[in-house]
Amino acid sequence: MPESVSLLGPSLGLSAILFTLGVAGVLLRRNAIVLFVCIELMLNAVNLSFVALAQLHGASGQLMVFFVMTVAAAEAAVGLAIILAIFRHKQTVDLQNINLLKG
Amino acid sequence: MVHAVFYFFAACAVVTAALCILSRNAVSAVLWLVTTMLSLAAIYVLLNAQFVAAIQVLVYAGAVMVLFLFVIMLLNLGTARSDLRGPSAVAATIVIAGLLLVELAALWRYTPRRLAAEVAQSPALSDPATLFVAGELARQETQARGVVGGVAAPLFQLYLVPFEITSILLLAAIVGAVVLAKRRI
Repeated sequence: MPESVSLLGPSLGLSAILFTLGVAGVLLRRNAIVLFVCIELMLNAVNLSFVALAQLHGASGQLMVFFVMTVAAAEAAVGLAIILAIFRHKQTVDLQNINLLKG
Repeated sequence: MVHAVFYFFAACAVVTAALCILSRNAVSAVLWLVTTMLSLAAIYVLLNAQFVAAIQVLVYAGAVMVLFLFVIMLLNLGTARSDLRGPSAVAATIVIAGLLLVELAALWRYTPRRLAAEVAQSPALSDPATLFVAGELARQETQARGVVGGVAAPLFQLYLVPFEITSILLLAAIVGAVVLAKRRI
């Protein structure tokens, strides 16, 4: 067994830790931009597990990373545009003050 | 040696990710995330995914994070006030994140041998010829077709349709971002 394949378990563990940190950030912070940063952190954690498993399953796992990156870039562009529009409307990105949909 | 390098960069990634979610300033949060991404790129190299590592540095740490920094600069948020939620939210975070970590930490015990046994037992996850061959597949493909070729061949053959659909997604994102960010719609 090559040495890099034996990194599979630790890689998945690291991916789990990073994903949990991302979830904790989403739950803890109120700044909308930092929230987006935490979502990017979660996507990166998932990418790591894709790459780790690609060693066993072939390059398809690495291709999924490309698709995840594309979706992440699209999501960041649209999400940041929404944040800009909200900031222009309410002069804040604090999620406590953004309760338009609460009714 | 590989393990030592891996654990060094893993420690870097975890520490910078923790600093990212706890830093008060949005700009420093983004910059800590860039450090996390660079550590992950180093780990991708150790995992025989050199091309993904290059894309991670160029696209993710480069382009996407610059987009974040530009938006932060445009918003001119200038306060150093902490935006952490209250104690009840902190307690909920600890409970939820702890449960999630316990669940995900089971992955740590996932050895290649066990994975191989599970895939061999399951009747048809997918076509085994494309999904699962044997260990060290990524390294063999890299040796046979080069770093980029090993990724490009399935991208333009097996995954051609999803790849083309991606361009429609990007077009929709571009149009959506322009429409949303315009001052008057």
